[in-house]
Amino acid sequence: MKAHHYRNVFVLVAFISSMLLIHGCGDKESKRGRNSGTSEQASAALATYVAPGDLDEYYLFYSGGHSGNIFVAGVPSMRHICTIPVFTPYPGTGYGFDEESKKMLGGFKWGDAHHPAFSETDGEYDGRWLFINDNANGRVARVDLRDFKTKQILKIPNLSGNHGATFVTENTEYVTSATRMSVPFPSGSYADVTDYADKYKGILVGIKVDPDDGTMAVGWEIVVPPFDYDLGDAGKGPSKDWMFWTCYNSEREFIEGGKLEVTASQKDKDFVVMVNWKEAEKAAASGKAKTVSGVKVLDPADFPGLAYYIPLAKSPHGVDVTPDGRWIIGSGKLSPTTTVFDFEKIQKAIESKDFTETIDGIPVINYASVREAEIPIGLGPLHTQFDGKGYAYTSLFIESAVAKWKLPPYEEGADMSQYVVEKIPVAYNIGHLCTAEGDSKSPDGNYLIALNKLSKGRHISVGPSIPEAAQLIDISGDNMKLLYDAFTEPEPHYAQMIKADKIKTIEVYKRDDPLSPKNPNAVWSKEETKIVRNGNKVEVWMIVVRSFIAPDVIRVKKGDHVTVHITNIEQTRDELHGFAINDYNINIVVDPGETKTTSFVADKAGVYAYYCTNFCSALHQEMQGYLLVKP
Amino acid sequence: MRDMLRRFRASLDFPLVTKSRLTILLAALVIIPGLFLPLWKLEFTSQQYPEGLELYIYSNKLYGGDDGNDLTEINVLNHYIGMAELREEDFTEFKWIPLVVSIMVVLTLRAAAIGTLKTLLDIFVSTVYFGGFSLWRFWYMLHSYGHNLDPRAAVKVAPFTPPLFGTKLVGQFTVTSYPASGMYFFILFGVLVLLGIYFTYKTAIRLMPVKPA
Repeated sequence: MKAHHYRNVFVLVAFISSMLLIHGCGDKESKRGRNSGTSEQASAALATYVAPGDLDEYYLFYSGGHSGNIFVAGVPSMRHICTIPVFTPYPGTGYGFDEESKKMLGGFKWGDAHHPAFSETDGEYDGRWLFINDNANGRVARVDLRDFKTKQILKIPNLSGNHGATFVTENTEYVTSATRMSVPFPSGSYADVTDYADKYKGILVGIKVDPDDGTMAVGWEIVVPPFDYDLGDAGKGPSKDWMFWTCYNSEREFIEGGKLEVTASQKDKDFVVMVNWKEAEKAAASGKAKTVSGVKVLDPADFPGLAYYIPLAKSPHGVDVTPDGRWIIGSGKLSPTTTVFDFEKIQKAIESKDFTETIDGIPVINYASVREAEIPIGLGPLHTQFDGKGYAYTSLFIESAVAKWKLPPYEEGADMSQYVVEKIPVAYNIGHLCTAEGDSKSPDGNYLIALNKLSKGRHISVGPSIPEAAQLIDISGDNMKLLYDAFTEPEPHYAQMIKADKIKTIEVYKRDDPLSPKNPNAVWSKEETKIVRNGNKVEVWMIVVRSFIAPDVIRVKKGDHVTVHITNIEQTRDELHGFAINDYNINIVVDPGETKTTSFVADKAGVYAYYCTNFCSALHQEMQGYLLVKP
Repeated sequence: MRDMLRRFRASLDFPLVTKSRLTILLAALVIIPGLFLPLWKLEFTSQQYPEGLELYIYSNKLYGGDDGNDLTEINVLNHYIGMAELREEDFTEFKWIPLVVSIMVVLTLRAAAIGTLKTLLDIFVSTVYFGGFSLWRFWYMLHSYGHNLDPRAAVKVAPFTPPLFGTKLVGQFTVTSYPASGMYFFILFGVLVLLGIYFTYKTAIRLMPVKPA
């Protein structure tokens, strides 16, 4: 060939190779390590930066899902600060290891904690208590926000799959619960799934809360058709006497092998059910209420005005009431729309008996009369939160995004899609979302947390058990801005965010504080410690303090029943102590001023050291003693 | 010079003028808050105690900040270096300071009623002496506690004297020691007594007969 042909071929080959190379390097690779950053990244970093020694602006309480715990983080730093054990033993704080917490757990080793809710006063978060549900074992727990400890776990009879919980009425009169996985009524009854339509029932529960100390007790249960009541909200303002739940499977069937995912998705519309809890309270007190399994049970057929259904498309999963209490927003997870209902229209419809049918004694309100608008929001809408500035934010599971849209009023006959003002993609597949004080009458705006189900590829890989993701989004401006990716233990479902200064904690159980728990077995000095033997029962009153355990020798015989009461006599904050007995599976952690009790049988002869587990002082390792078990 | 001494001695029996009496009366009242307010404050700060630990010394008690808990905390920290526990009952000061101060009030009231310049002088001298003695005693206690460390203590430190006045580094703690509000009332008492002396002395000198030639 001629020389210039060689040259041309060479140039062509070089060109093609470089194109291939560039294309090959075109794969997007996540950056590792430090960023010199763009100015947008710098401002996002600054927005989340809480300098050493400074404090976060908000508390974020995540539900822990099937970990059974609550996770506490700070916003905007998104740092995990602590875990509050609720339904699951937690060795780090000794929860579930001492006699009192073991009793509260009631033999269960875990729970499925989904929806935390703050106590409210006049529709505002008041920082007293946090309630949370156990989806698996029909329970609701109350956490005292004074010391961040679980104080009560209530098992609710007849409940199955307690998912429609916990939602709190405007003045914490009631906390809701509901059955998502219908079973025969009452609990323990037997019927085959072939009898699902008739024998299986749903339950809607109002748990009464004592206004002084927060103690929960079942107020009433309403027996309803076996639709799966999965999520709810309590009304506010004009709607404050009402509780709302979405439900699916109004097809009313469970076909063995027939796949619930198919059979429950047949009908075009399922329902929102609304319950007047003031009426329920009256009904429960009346003579017409029955008592089953120790609780007051109501049949809607006996009490007109108690409950109503409103149709909602399609397999809905989330009903949320706007801060002003007027608009009821329901999202059908299998419908690309979010529906806004007008509570005023609902009241008029009820008054004028504008019903289309009655199901098991519950009237179904005419959809067209109460529907304000259907917003074409996107794929897989689930939950809605608010910013207090007239906008709503709905999570889109299938689309993996958050949609920001305008609340009513709307132009007559307008194209609703214009009211969807912005969408921000999230990573990945968002379930719930949470705005600052978003369930209260006056949300703060500012921040939105997207609680995502998948975090694949967003963090350095940790193998197949990929954790969850929570993304911090700034909603204070005109446009939503993604600020930060945080990762959590499995598995938050919902979360609640509250202004940090609304929570007033104590950090020491002061001896002279009337609100500190009074333990009759507390001892406060070395002189007061003692070991008492009663037959084969040995009882020890012990103190732990920097840096010794007293008594430091316990002598027992093999087979003795041993009970040890341990008091941490410190009154300085952050001086925790622990108590563990080697090989005996004993793990107690006591906060300053706290007393805990542990009981065990000394079934192994020999000498077993005990020691302080929670690092307390320079001579922490010298905090040691011996359990002598004589054969 | 001799003249001054003569006049001084002559004025001693001068009964107090009204202005002095009122000043002295005020002094007696002013010293009373000192019985109830802290006289001295010690503050201990370190990296891990940024908010500081506070110890207040009153005329009749020892009291820690944080509702009294700081005293317990200071004792817990001190036991590592073998310093004896600070216990109120170990300090006889808390018995005799209130007694002496209340006697002072009674004497001052007596002076306001029937006193002469001599009485005031006595009161002033006793006050200064008592104040000086108390400060010495306070220093002595600081020295004693800081020097009689338990030889079996886990952490060995060289014997030291916590500061009586000012700042000192002790271990990881910066210790700051200063008078507290009550002490200023005591000082005010002294100043008012001096003032009382001055008013009467001035008048006495003016009214004194000139020595005959």
